[in-house]
Amino acid sequence: MSTITTTLYQRRWLIFTVVAIIGFTLFTGEFKEAQTTAILASTLRQSTPLLLGALCGMLGERSGVINIGIEGQMLMSAFTGFMVAAETQNLLLGVLAGIATGMLMGASLAGLSVSLQGDQIIAGTVLNIAALGVTSFFFQQGYTLPGKTPMIDLWFLSDIPVLGRVFFSNRPITYLSLLLVPTVWYALFRTTWGLRTRAVGEHPSAAETVGISVAKMRYLNLILGGAIAGLAGAYLSLEAVGSFERNMTNGKGFVALAVMIFGRWNPVGAWGAALLFGYTNAIQTQFQFRGWFTDHPQFVGMIPFVVTIIVLAGVVGRARPPAAIGQPYSRE
Amino acid sequence: MNENQTTPAIEAISVTKRFGPIVANENVSFRVEKGQIHALLGENGAGKSTLVNILFGLYHADQGEIYIAGEKVEMNSPHDAIDRHIGMVHQHFQLVPVLSVTENIVLGHEPTKKRGILDLEKAYAEVEALGKRYGLEVDPRAIVEDLPIGTQQRVEILRSLYRKADVLILDEPTAVLTPQETDHLLEVLRGLAAEGVAIIFITHKLREVMAVADHVTVMRRGKVVGAIDPSETDQAGLAEMMVGRSVVLRIAKGEAKAGAPVLTIDSLSALDDRAQTAVDGLCLTVHAGEIFGIAGVEGNGQRELVEAITGLRKTISGSIMLEDTELAGSSPREISEQGVAHVPEDREKHGLVGPHSVADNLVLNRYFKAPFARRGIRQTGAINAEAQKLVDQYDVRTASINSPVRTLSGGNKQKVIAARELSQNAKLLVAAQPTRGIDVGSIEFVHQQLVDQRDDGIAVLLVSAELDEIMSLSDRIGVIYQGRLVAIGKAEDFTRNQIGQLMASGSTDA
Repeated sequence: MSTITTTLYQRRWLIFTVVAIIGFTLFTGEFKEAQTTAILASTLRQSTPLLLGALCGMLGERSGVINIGIEGQMLMSAFTGFMVAAETQNLLLGVLAGIATGMLMGASLAGLSVSLQGDQIIAGTVLNIAALGVTSFFFQQGYTLPGKTPMIDLWFLSDIPVLGRVFFSNRPITYLSLLLVPTVWYALFRTTWGLRTRAVGEHPSAAETVGISVAKMRYLNLILGGAIAGLAGAYLSLEAVGSFERNMTNGKGFVALAVMIFGRWNPVGAWGAALLFGYTNAIQTQFQFRGWFTDHPQFVGMIPFVVTIIVLAGVVGRARPPAAIGQPYSRE
Repeated sequence: MNENQTTPAIEAISVTKRFGPIVANENVSFRVEKGQIHALLGENGAGKSTLVNILFGLYHADQGEIYIAGEKVEMNSPHDAIDRHIGMVHQHFQLVPVLSVTENIVLGHEPTKKRGILDLEKAYAEVEALGKRYGLEVDPRAIVEDLPIGTQQRVEILRSLYRKADVLILDEPTAVLTPQETDHLLEVLRGLAAEGVAIIFITHKLREVMAVADHVTVMRRGKVVGAIDPSETDQAGLAEMMVGRSVVLRIAKGEAKAGAPVLTIDSLSALDDRAQTAVDGLCLTVHAGEIFGIAGVEGNGQRELVEAITGLRKTISGSIMLEDTELAGSSPREISEQGVAHVPEDREKHGLVGPHSVADNLVLNRYFKAPFARRGIRQTGAINAEAQKLVDQYDVRTASINSPVRTLSGGNKQKVIAARELSQNAKLLVAAQPTRGIDVGSIEFVHQQLVDQRDDGIAVLLVSAELDEIMSLSDRIGVIYQGRLVAIGKAEDFTRNQIGQLMASGSTDA
């Protein structure tokens, strides 16, 4: 077989999935530009927090720390972002507060799992429970924002039919998240920091013997990841919804972990995975809009999960996580 | 001060290191000259590793001083040691399996274009040039986990050289190598020494010490018991210094009284993990009361053969008869119950359950049977009684029978496996690399056990990469090459050279 056909064969599931999605989108939209655009735009909206959460998890896991507390980091950041923005009536300050909160949560995860060598799953669960408790306790109705983050049209690009409206007519955090995909990829695979991160996540004692501080790398990565999770939180309260609600993350932090695994700990893969998850959510709305299966809405609600199972079984194959994941490291 | 060639490359003076109540190094002094190959000899637990870990900055000495090139140093981490041009090749390779050769070599000292951006092309070129210069050629783009062990070790050495090591520490570097790879390594070390690198070579293999070392320091129980020039002594002398008593290097064994065939393998074929033919129509017979040794370069089907006999690998064709019973197709437990004892190649992975107690590991092949279990309930009393009996009988050095087995030394782990496998009435003993990575005292014990089993009328199939071991223990030898036995004969009919040639090329025609 030539290399082209081999590559095609190896990627057959990916190609199948992409073709099916495009086909289905055109079918539901029946070539009507407005509806196709609506589905795709909604896909991107739904995928943004998943993508950011997955990138946060990826930075942690690539350095060997499982972060199951993404949910908590996002929720807490959504909360502080909202409160600061509402108090100061300044959205930028709100976003920065969200990022700072995420970093702080990342640092506390590092403290529990790296310095104190605690169980990483439990440390992450602590973050989740704390975030839910704190935000529910302190949240009061009656705060309002000066609006949502502004919509930015990117010059003439936004005039391109369908794709222009989908990709080039968005709000700032969405653009930022799209920019983060190549940035994180480049950082992981082309920089000193990335090489060291991967070494620490695969074989910490090997990294230590060449003079790399495992603890320092893990702290750094969890705090950087926290910043990205903070951005996801700010996205939810300041860009997507425009207010705070109790438990507004609603499991997105956990789906983000699935997205990360599905994307094989690779930013580009994670973006694809996030889009797929986003898409399955987007077509639900489309079904309701068209009045299909209205007698049995539970089946429509099942679509994202059914697609997830099918795709995970077919596409992912053998995913291999970083080898040192979940193990506290100590020099003997 | 007069500084000239007499300034040692590295020197430790009166170093003491304690771990809790245990004194790992007591008042140890040690010096290595530039361009010298210095063997550090001692049994497991003698304190060799502790000493070099101090020299490499992994441990901090409680007392004593370290001098590098005449300068007193404080080292608190490997980073400090690397900065002072000390390199170490660890016994368990410190390589990241999923990264490339080059990535592993430059890790921590990466060439960059600007501010943290890797310059991989430059790195590839540097690694390639380095390999050429020292005769350690490796594909710089290969992924480490795809490489054979011997090549991985080259990567480790290259990594130290990349950091411009003046002192190179090698911890048991030949434990994992085939005879050919060992010869190549020793050659490389001589070359490095000629360039002025000081080499510290930890080992317990006497032959290598005699072959390559300029000087030997012998350690026993945390102390230096002697420093000597290998030309002034012989293997027996070194062994005695190391163990503290005279050691039998070559087990005295009588003539074999071979009986009826116990294991008869006919046209056996099996695949390896990558579905390539590994055992290819192999035939052999092992009689009661003889040791049949299989010599060969690793990767010629030995592992697959052993796994096929013990039921751990499916066979494609052929038969494996234990007396009159066909073993092919049976489960490992059925085969074990038929009377096949197995000392596996990889003790940690296939021989023992590391976190479980010594006692549980000692009954691992019969914990489910009376008297160790009744109606599915484990009988702790019976298990412990049996375990205590075996620990005493086989002289397993363990804090208690309830200690996790992974805390034992390599030699004692091997004794646990031997005790378990030999205490149920076996007809056939399959021993794969039974002395790999264990100390001289334990090797003597294992060898004696194999001969004793033979004398009790058990058929012994010995697979080993140590040619000396095969030559000294076997009654008959088969040389395996590409999945077939290319020669079978009485041990005394072969010379070391002939076997070496057969192992390397499958025939004696040069």
